[in-house]
Amino acid sequence: METLKVDVWRGGAEGAYQRFEVPRRGSQTVLDVVTHIQRFIDPTLAYRFACRVGMCGSCAMMVNGAPRWTCRTHVDKVARDGSLRLAPLANLPVVRDLVADMREFFDKWARARGQFAPTRTRHEAFTKVDPRTPERREADAAIECIGCGVCYAACDVVKWNPEYLGPAALNRAWTLQQDVRDGAREARLDAVSGDAGCHSCHTQMSCTEFCPKHLSPTRSIAGLKRESLWSLLYGRGRKP
Amino acid sequence: MRDARAEVFLWAAQRVTAVFLAFFVLVHLATIVYAVRGGLGAAEILARTHSSLAIPLFYALFVLAASIHGAIGLRNIAAEWLGWRGASANAVVSLIGLVLLALGLRAVLAVSA
Repeated sequence: METLKVDVWRGGAEGAYQRFEVPRRGSQTVLDVVTHIQRFIDPTLAYRFACRVGMCGSCAMMVNGAPRWTCRTHVDKVARDGSLRLAPLANLPVVRDLVADMREFFDKWARARGQFAPTRTRHEAFTKVDPRTPERREADAAIECIGCGVCYAACDVVKWNPEYLGPAALNRAWTLQQDVRDGAREARLDAVSGDAGCHSCHTQMSCTEFCPKHLSPTRSIAGLKRESLWSLLYGRGRKP
Repeated sequence: MRDARAEVFLWAAQRVTAVFLAFFVLVHLATIVYAVRGGLGAAEILARTHSSLAIPLFYALFVLAASIHGAIGLRNIAAEWLGWRGASANAVVSLIGLVLLALGLRAVLAVSA
């Protein structure tokens, strides 16, 4: 039977790659490969997954050096000469084997003011949001993020500046800036400005290249830069 | 948050000065190509710069844009490559910017009437 040569990271920050031979199957995903290793070769292998269908955002890891959602990544597409090299997501601390510590990634969503700030109470009427308005369309284009961390692992600015909020958190901030019901736009603009925020983006577009949902965090970050400029020129409040 | 506003201002200033520099550099290069056709000489250059108010004004703005753009750029490089941020980095790049501005304006004054 045809086999795949799979090098898998074992250990924490310190560790080494371990070679496994895994049977090659049709329509095999990288997650299938990892699951095979854990079920049939070495049950001590640590990795993370939940939905297996590209919804939950928990199975991302580095595959031959690039960040991928492994449940929807076919071996056909990424194997080189019948071999795979699997590592935990880059730019995050390693918990063990293929499991990265996502705390900092999600803490940055909070630091970027990723929480919706309501302006009405339950005693008032609903806000009607027309799906054809420019704001709603901008939000729609960016809202399908599953929080997998692929963009964060792909981003060189995160690598250089550990404080940098990263593409996912800034993309989240952008969707809220487009929400007409939100009441924290100015505070959020401050939270995403400067050295750790949108102005540090180099527009290298690795996040957009690798986002499995085909979102463009680069576009969202450019939008935040633009909005910060309008705010500087025209003062606080809505963009002109 | 005052810091965030200041950062946005610096970011915008660097981009605006970049736009000006693109224009200034093109005019500067075109002027050089035009000027050397008659042969280059100190007397000839000084004759041109002395006879005009536009040329010193042009280069004064050029020097101003370059020193602002350069200082902010160095600040970014210090932050990203050296991890050097904060008051000390700001002081040093501000000093570099001021020195560039002084040297440049001195040169502009030297060739103008």
